[in-house]
Formats: sequence, structure tokens, C-alpha cells
Amino acid sequence: MAIMNVNPTRMQMTKLKKQLQTARRGHKMLKDKRDELMRQFIELVQENKKLRDEVEQKLRDCSAAFTNAGAAMSREALESSLMSSKQQTGIDISQKNIMSVDVPVFSAVSESPDENDIFPYGFAFTSFELDDAVMSLNDLLPELIKLAQIEKSCELMAAEIEKTRRRVNSLEHVMIPRYEETIKYISMKLEENDRSSRTRLMKVKDMLLEKAHHYSEKQ
Amino acid sequence: MKLMVKNIAYIGDSESVKGFSAVGIDAVICNEPENAAAVLKNISDKERYAVIYITEELFEAAKKEVAKLSLMTVPAVIPIPGARGNTGIGSKRLSQFVEQAVGSDILFK
Repeated sequence: MAIMNVNPTRMQMTKLKKQLQTARRGHKMLKDKRDELMRQFIELVQENKKLRDEVEQKLRDCSAAFTNAGAAMSREALESSLMSSKQQTGIDISQKNIMSVDVPVFSAVSESPDENDIFPYGFAFTSFELDDAVMSLNDLLPELIKLAQIEKSCELMAAEIEKTRRRVNSLEHVMIPRYEETIKYISMKLEENDRSSRTRLMKVKDMLLEKAHHYSEKQ
Repeated sequence: MKLMVKNIAYIGDSESVKGFSAVGIDAVICNEPENAAAVLKNISDKERYAVIYITEELFEAAKKEVAKLSLMTVPAVIPIPGARGNTGIGSKRLSQFVEQAVGSDILFK
């Protein structure tokens, strides 16, 4: 592991020690965040899977129902009866914050004049299969919207988890070891400096004593 | 917590979108997969829609455009099977999410 390019001074070491502390704390918090996000994500994604299978099945049924309806009446009549709509389905969007991830919350608001009258056509020239088909599609709507909400949440959370995981890993395997190594390097360098100045002092002292008392000549 | 009301759109071939406009979803017909990306871009630029459903074939064709929208809170672009049947892209997408988050698909394999 490469050490950082810093001056081996005491001040620098204090600074690095503080940074290491911050990095450790950040690492712990990010790890907690990742674990909690992961737990919620797994829960959500399992629900998502179940709901998707259900919705796909029902959509297939709806599609079959429309095909049936199409068989009972002419293509033009079918298309013209389905062209317009009596209701406009809107979605109320609010946001929910799951572990710092903003996920949308959708709730359907149906702007129809009459809840029970959803059919945009007169009953005189259409087959009853068509009524069933439109009805079943209308019933499917809340589930479709819920699927959209959950799937979007999963998408956003997956991206956030990936980001958090990267950060945790980089702190754990790169940043923190690098700080540790650099601190160790500085402290060793300082000790080395200490020792070298001490030996130098001892040497100088010897030389001065020698000059004053002339030990070597007396022997 | 801002509240807005937006609409739902469904991009698909003319066979798939049949009936959706009757229940209040804006049906956008796109019969050629090559145009899917342009249509999706056009629709998402207007910011009128909270949810955009798209048939699986077109979803696959418009992947680049979908990726651009994936990190925004709205709109949600959701692939659903069209009239031509289920291609399994929806479930595959879920596996991709798990793979992205966990590192490997531990749930659906």
C-alpha cells in the first residue's frame, strides 16, 4: 500500500490521525446504511417479484379478453368505441425518503364523473365481452400503479446501494489502510530523527570532553 | 414533500395499447421498434407523465433512453408484456437490480 506524499512532521501526523478517526467513523456509518438499505431492498424486491408475476398474468387475461371482444364485433367499431375515454387517470406524486434515497409514492386519482360508469361508449353497438375487458383492465389499474412505484423504488435503491457499497469498500480497503501506513511511516521517521540527533549529541559531547581534558593523551 | 398530479402513458404497438385509453391512460402508439427511443424521449421531455408503461419489445429497443431516466425519481419507466406475449424482460430487470445491489443474483436464480 502506497503511503501518502506528506512531510513527516508531528503536526502532519496529528492531522492524519484526526482524518483517520473521521474515516473510521464514516466507514461505520456507511456500513450501517448499506446494511439497512440492503435489508429493505431485499424485502421490496421480493414483493416486486410477486406483484409483477401477478400483474403480468392479469395483463395476459385482459389482452385475451380484448381479443375476445374484438372477435364479437367489427374492428372499426371496437376501435372507435375505445378511442375516447370518460375518465382521466392521474397520479398524485409524493416522495418518501428511505435511508436518504428519494423514492416516489404514487396514488391514483381518477377524474371520472361517475365511478360506476367507466365505459366510454354506448352499450347499443358493443358486445358485452368488451365491457368485461374494460372492467378488468380498470380493476388492474391500482396494481399497475403500485407495481410502477415499487419497481421504481427498487431501481433507485439498487443504484444507491451500489454507490454506498463502493464507498464502504474504498474506505475499508484503500483509505483507512493508507492513513494507517502513513501514520506509521511518520512516527518511525520521527523516532529515527530522534535517535540520530541523540547520537549526534553524544558524539559532540565526547568530542568536547576530549578537547577539554585530553583523555587520550593521558593514557 | 411536493404534491403534483401527473398522468400515465403507455407506449406500445397498436395491438397492445388497445383498451388502455378507455381507462384513462394516454396510449401512445409506436409500431416500429426503431422509433421507440425517439417516442420515449419526446414523452419524457414534456414531464407530463409520472409513469410510462412500455411494451417489453420497445423497452428493449429504447434501452439507451431508459437508462437516462433511471436515476430520476419520476417518471418511472416500467416494461410490461404487450400483446405479443411475455419475453421475460421484466423479471430479468429485477434480477439486474439484485445483481447491481448485492453483486450477484442471490434471489431469483
